[in-house]
Amino acid sequence: MSNTNGIHTISILVANKPGVLVRCAQIFARRAFNIDALVVSPAVNPKYSRMTITLQGDIGTFDQIIKQTNKLVDVIHCSEHTGLDAVTKEYALLKLKCPTEAVKTAIKKAIKSKAHIVDQSVKGVLIIGQSGSTEELDDLEKVLKKFKIIEMVRSGKLAMAKGLEAT
Amino acid sequence: MTKKNVTTKKKPTAKITQTLTGAEALVKCLENLGVEYIWGLSGGAAIPIFDALVGSKIKLILVRHEQGATHIADGYARATGKPGVVLVTSGPGATNTVTGIMTAHMDSIPMIVLTGQTISPMLGKDAFQESDIFGITMPVVKHSYLVKNTNDIPRVVKEAFHITNTGRPGPVLIDLPKDITSATFTGKTLDPEMDIPGYKIPGKGNLADIKKMAKLFNKSQRPLLLIGHGAVLSRADEAVRKLVYKLKAPVVNTLLGKGCFPETDSLSLGMLGMHGTAYANKALTRCDLICSIGSRWDDRINGDNSKFCIGAKKLHIDIDPAEMEKIVSPDASCVGDARLIVEELIKHIEPQDTQAWLKECDTYKKDYPLKHENKKGLSPQFILHELQNLTKGKAIIATDVGQHQMWSAQFNLTLEGKKWLSSGGAGTMGYGFPAALGAQFGCPKDLVFAVVGDGGFQMTLFELATVAIHKQPVKILIIDNKYLGMVRQWQELFFDNRYSGVDLEGNPDFVKLAESYGVKGIHIDKASHVRERLQQAIDHKGPVVIHAEVEKEDNVFPMIPAGKSAYDMIIEAPTTKLEKPTGST
Repeated sequence: MSNTNGIHTISILVANKPGVLVRCAQIFARRAFNIDALVVSPAVNPKYSRMTITLQGDIGTFDQIIKQTNKLVDVIHCSEHTGLDAVTKEYALLKLKCPTEAVKTAIKKAIKSKAHIVDQSVKGVLIIGQSGSTEELDDLEKVLKKFKIIEMVRSGKLAMAKGLEAT
Repeated sequence: MTKKNVTTKKKPTAKITQTLTGAEALVKCLENLGVEYIWGLSGGAAIPIFDALVGSKIKLILVRHEQGATHIADGYARATGKPGVVLVTSGPGATNTVTGIMTAHMDSIPMIVLTGQTISPMLGKDAFQESDIFGITMPVVKHSYLVKNTNDIPRVVKEAFHITNTGRPGPVLIDLPKDITSATFTGKTLDPEMDIPGYKIPGKGNLADIKKMAKLFNKSQRPLLLIGHGAVLSRADEAVRKLVYKLKAPVVNTLLGKGCFPETDSLSLGMLGMHGTAYANKALTRCDLICSIGSRWDDRINGDNSKFCIGAKKLHIDIDPAEMEKIVSPDASCVGDARLIVEELIKHIEPQDTQAWLKECDTYKKDYPLKHENKKGLSPQFILHELQNLTKGKAIIATDVGQHQMWSAQFNLTLEGKKWLSSGGAGTMGYGFPAALGAQFGCPKDLVFAVVGDGGFQMTLFELATVAIHKQPVKILIIDNKYLGMVRQWQELFFDNRYSGVDLEGNPDFVKLAESYGVKGIHIDKASHVRERLQQAIDHKGPVVIHAEVEKEDNVFPMIPAGKSAYDMIIEAPTTKLEKPTGST
């Protein structure tokens, strides 16, 4: 998935073998592509893993990168998906430092943004989670900015091709 | 074919009849795959494998440096088409192979590199002679393995040999921890199933793509065929010949495409590019269609890509999909095996009238021939010209890298792809001599010449010991100009004669050096001696070092400065100062 900022989301199905992540990463690094986010998870068949990678760089060399990645012996399949043929989701965890009097407002705002409360076991600290599109998570961050966000962890995009097409 | 003519070879047994160590299983697998030679240098982590080679039918050749082993294996592979096998130890033994692996990778050469490794519990703990060779070599191998289980050895070896020499060939490294090769092999078979579902080998190519290319050919009045290494690797010689004769088109070849179409043929314009013939480069500026068969449009060919064959239709045949649109955006292309694609393409070609075009190319040949003269001393080109007169393209020639390489490429016309060995992509000095030795191991009946410079030869000359011990009758022709000549040429032409780091003062007496290894040495410094002494070397039954002291400051022409196009070719020595080149090296 690409936008005008040169951000691409690609999905790679790989044989679950040592070194495969490094082999892919080397191809991106050599062409000065910066990996923004990377998710690796087992595929349905545990022999394989699925990587979803969000990266930025020169669009002119991007097709070449897909081809070179496809060439790796341990890569079964590598493709870029556009917003039309695939769905993407990511997940974010935000940790807020929140004085007791502000907690209620924070929770209210978060729930309005379709987020949920993950943890409030430590007084004055709130962990909020949300899944959604990149834009939805960016919005959540904006909404909660006035409470002090002390940490944020985002999963990076997960992509899946629509219909029967292989991701 | 009648049944009588079918010879059935007995399949080597994959059944295990005795207890084997991992190393013994490895050697048995290599034997079953038909490996004749292993070039190697021993060391602690590889001792179990060297031990397993005792009594094996595989001939172990001890080299003097691991880089030598890789280039020998590379030369063997280029000359025979079979993968060369290298065996070294861990740490520095393994890292010494990196240059040779990179050289093979750049030129798509099948090679198996077996490296000993520290015991697996010590991996990553800075053990003695531990190097992460699996990690270090990742960008320069086609594939690699770090074996973690003794029982995986047969599958890994089978996959490695399959991967190295199918599709676009390339080196495969297998890192073998010592505990893994020492442990008992308890697997059921030495011939297991492979497990490489991601490995795809493009085959005969898409028919629609081929027809699209044929259509463009059928509209072309001035077609030009560009033959690259891919055509040599796919053994497309015969198919290319048929295509050329059907099209009646002129042919140019890359440095590594030499010989696939005989350079002595009247339709051949020889090598194109930076130091190609003037007529090959003139043809580039005039063709209305250029079809690359297994060339990757290297910057040594294209120079300035925006001015490459302006206005001509560009066609591209390559087995590697990643080569498509990498440098050139073709008007038509086909991914697959060069031989199979060309065979199909021929069927769809309707020959056009190319008489005028061929006549034009002939004029270029007459007007801009390759030149040399012995005015200022013994000319290196003259020696290579005489070598050509004596060998007539029938000898295997392996070159090193530099001026002599380009002169040899220009003057040593090649008749068969596998008879020309040169480090093209990597430009590895020190390649030529060991590569010639590898070719000699693989083709014992052939006359093999190493054409090397005084600089490159000194990088791997220690394999003279290997030559002498194994009585390999390689002829090593040293073109000694006492300079790192190609860099000196650039400094003369583009850097105001400011010589820096190119003077090879202190060269040894190469004849005495050869003799100290028990190898015959011959000296040449006069034009009148050249033919007779080259003949003397050819007639000598064993290896010979021919030390030819040539004019020190001769330059290679024609020349297209790096980053420029064929339109900017310099045919003869310039009288005015040249701009510094902008292109890659």
